[in-house]
Amino acid sequence: MRAAVSVQSLCKHYKDVCAVNNVSFDVQQGHCFGLLGPNGAGKTTTIEIMEGIISASSGQVLYQGQQVDSQISQQIGIQFQHTALQDFLTVKETLNLFASFYQNTLPQAQLIELCDLSDFLDRDNRLLSGGQRQRLLLALALINDPQIIFLDEPTTGLDPHARRNFWQLIKNIKAQNKTVILTTHYMDEAEQLCDDIVIMDLGRIIEAGTPHELLAKHFEDVFIYLPQAQISNELVNEYGWTKLADRIEIRSKNVEQTLSLLMRNNVSLDSLHVKSANLDDLFLKLTGHSLQA
Amino acid sequence: MNFKRFFAVFKARNIEFFRDRSSLGWNLIFPILLLVGFSFIFSGDGRPAYKVGLLVEQENTQQKNDKAAQTALTQLRFIDFINYDDLALAKAKLSRHSLDLLVDYNAKRYWVNKESSKSYLVEKIFLGQQHGFTRLQSSGKSIRYIDWVLPGILGMNMMFSCLFGVGYVIVRYRKNSVLKRLKATPLSAFEFVSAQLLSRLFIVMFMSTVVYSGCNVFFDFFMLGSYIDLFIIGALGAFCLISLGLLVASRSKSDELIGGLLNVTSWPMMMLSGVWFSLEGAPDTLKVLADFMPLTHLVAGARAVITEGATLSDISFHINILLLMSSVFLVLGAYLFSWNTER
Repeated sequence: MRAAVSVQSLCKHYKDVCAVNNVSFDVQQGHCFGLLGPNGAGKTTTIEIMEGIISASSGQVLYQGQQVDSQISQQIGIQFQHTALQDFLTVKETLNLFASFYQNTLPQAQLIELCDLSDFLDRDNRLLSGGQRQRLLLALALINDPQIIFLDEPTTGLDPHARRNFWQLIKNIKAQNKTVILTTHYMDEAEQLCDDIVIMDLGRIIEAGTPHELLAKHFEDVFIYLPQAQISNELVNEYGWTKLADRIEIRSKNVEQTLSLLMRNNVSLDSLHVKSANLDDLFLKLTGHSLQA
Repeated sequence: MNFKRFFAVFKARNIEFFRDRSSLGWNLIFPILLLVGFSFIFSGDGRPAYKVGLLVEQENTQQKNDKAAQTALTQLRFIDFINYDDLALAKAKLSRHSLDLLVDYNAKRYWVNKESSKSYLVEKIFLGQQHGFTRLQSSGKSIRYIDWVLPGILGMNMMFSCLFGVGYVIVRYRKNSVLKRLKATPLSAFEFVSAQLLSRLFIVMFMSTVVYSGCNVFFDFFMLGSYIDLFIIGALGAFCLISLGLLVASRSKSDELIGGLLNVTSWPMMMLSGVWFSLEGAPDTLKVLADFMPLTHLVAGARAVITEGATLSDISFHINILLLMSSVFLVLGAYLFSWNTER
């Protein structure tokens, strides 16, 4: 199957800084594709080259096997990480302004419903909350009914409730068989939304695959945490468990056996916490530093 | 050029301007404050030096006899002396406040402008030195200083509105990524720039018309020419100044840099374009420098329409220069324009 977007050997240099270093990947039609990495990993530069906003030093981006041309802006939707809107315009006027730029647009009523804008349609752009603003920016990205939508850190700065609402919007878009390409440094976001991910660090791809494949590939263990006061030092040293600030971390391939071992040693299981490895753990393992640092 | 996209940006920019009450208020109040200030506080004249026209004809015996007296006069400090061989022209300059006094040594006569306080003062100085001259008043309808300075003040206000209104807005758009967001749409740079240009032209001409009409109720401005001609020269001048603003803002992403660049562009024009005082008698190099400034031609053209009743063909020199400058600024501005999306 031909990829919706194919990125081939992309490089971008800013003077003596290499922001993107030989990055290649394919994005399948109808998938949600995640570019993961900490700040400065090269995610935004990569996505902006894909959008045609900035030019690559070398390499190419193909849409349905075709080179990017000037018409691509009619076919894609973009939500930037940082962008301002014209002051003194209302949400409705902003929608009208952007709708005028495109040949084909979604009916405004459908867009308003899809992005839940009806409560603040007549509000000045300057007076929008963070969540409302992100929903408007998403609406602008969808205004031309694109098949491919780029979202650059769409939930950065939102409170947990607004983030979860935004995730639901993205899931609704995905359900229409549209291709979504997003960058994020929130691992829970990637796990919730992405079918495929690449993890970037220092301008390079350090791992690629589905979240499930990558976690299965790198982790067999689950993590068990107990308060330090409940386990003797002898037991910790005997089994080589890890002391954290106020907890003991136990890596286990078999949770049932480990719990039995603890109970046999009269360890209280109060405040016990069991967690599977996540993408943040994966990033820590791959690079030695936390993804959200 | 897609007119739907162009008109959408044009309309959005106008809405943005008219809803920004502070900016709108300032654009209305600033020129009125200046006019009121010049009318009442300075009694219509603020020039530091006097300008005296000397009628020069073929030298004869009488003139040689008067040479000593004339030399004593022309050695006075803080007075510029300008020679004229055309009496009608010199009298017109006196009526239009380009001169404060006109002296004809041959015929032992001099002219004053009774509307000018400067003319009154320089007459006193003249009579303190010279005797036996016949006093005459400038012929034709004399104009007040406020009538003379009006095109300068309106022109200066248009200049600031054009340069800063376009320059700052584009740099602000560039800095906060509005331009980047627009670049991600099918909107072309030409459509965006032309919409900004025409939006600002509409705003400037609308505001200037409102200010002129409003002030005319109170000041009853002198007007010899056609209001349509005045509007056309105003619009051409504004177009040229907006083009210059686009050129200055074509690449910068820095508020501080654009502030500096706009000040460097606007202050020389404010001082040297004949806004406050006539360049009559100024050094030739200064006049040549002023000729390279769009505001000079806007003010000179508008002043000629108002005070001399000049038609568009009479001021075709100024019109052609403004059109030429606009073309150069637009071509350069379009060539250099950057969305500046690289971080």
